[in-house]
Amino acid sequence: MVIGLTQYLVVAAVLFTIGVLGIILNRKNIIIILMSVELILLSVNINLVAFSTFLQDLTGQVFALFILTVAAAEAAIGLAILVTYYRNRGSIAVEDVNMMKG
Amino acid sequence: MTVAAAFFYLFSTVMIASAFMVIAARNPVHSVLFLILAFFNAAGLFLLLGAEFLAMLIVVVYVGAVAVLFLFVVMMLDVDFAELKQGFLQYLPIGALIGAIVLIELVLVVGSWSFAADKVAAVSPAASNVTNTAALGRILYTDYIYLFQASGLVLLTAMIGAIVLTLHHRPNVKRQDLAKQAARTPEEAIEIRKVPSRQGV
Repeated sequence: MVIGLTQYLVVAAVLFTIGVLGIILNRKNIIIILMSVELILLSVNINLVAFSTFLQDLTGQVFALFILTVAAAEAAIGLAILVTYYRNRGSIAVEDVNMMKG
Repeated sequence: MTVAAAFFYLFSTVMIASAFMVIAARNPVHSVLFLILAFFNAAGLFLLLGAEFLAMLIVVVYVGAVAVLFLFVVMMLDVDFAELKQGFLQYLPIGALIGAIVLIELVLVVGSWSFAADKVAAVSPAASNVTNTAALGRILYTDYIYLFQASGLVLLTAMIGAIVLTLHHRPNVKRQDLAKQAARTPEEAIEIRKVPSRQGV
């Protein structure tokens, strides 16, 4: 059995679903939510690299590189916000995030 | 079954299992460690696809920077994580329903999609003698140079933002003020008094 494009796409789809599921199930823990976002971005990267390889076009890998950049920036900013929030409130529960409510 | 296929199934199985453990683990430190395992297996999948540079980049950036950042934050914050785990079972039915729907839709789309046989080539053609890294660099620094610069700006913004957000000045801590030090003059720093003998100031 030869491994084709479809197998990679199915693996990426399963990974994406796990990421979405992680956001839904761990609604209170924002650290797990950020990790789920990383999983989703990883599945997108797998899709892009798989298409890039099977279509013989290197552009997909360039875009995977940019997604990697954005994912790193997003993780840094998200965790910085998290640290600031914890310093102010002493908790990281998502349901406590209502300071901006009027 | 070829060796490449066996490795594909090994990497993807371990990656999906560890991704599941990321969202299911009780201890967030275990979650981060499973995340690292998932990233390593994704790097293995990239190697199988012939994207060596991105595979190494995944290991360097995701494992070396992002996952370690998560680990720092998880260990730095003193949070009762068992309490945060409370709603897990409450959201399980609706979450499983949504997950199943999304997965079935995605697999149906992917599975029923047929590719033109002449467009889709086999893995790792390596027709030219240019390595993956060199080929990537050739188009990254020519066709995509503006996007490359823009991604550098994104990283700069993220760095400044993270520093501005987390840096805080504590009161009651003496700090060195370079501008103030450099602006001092002898007139305001030294005071000369004539002290009468045997009387003191």
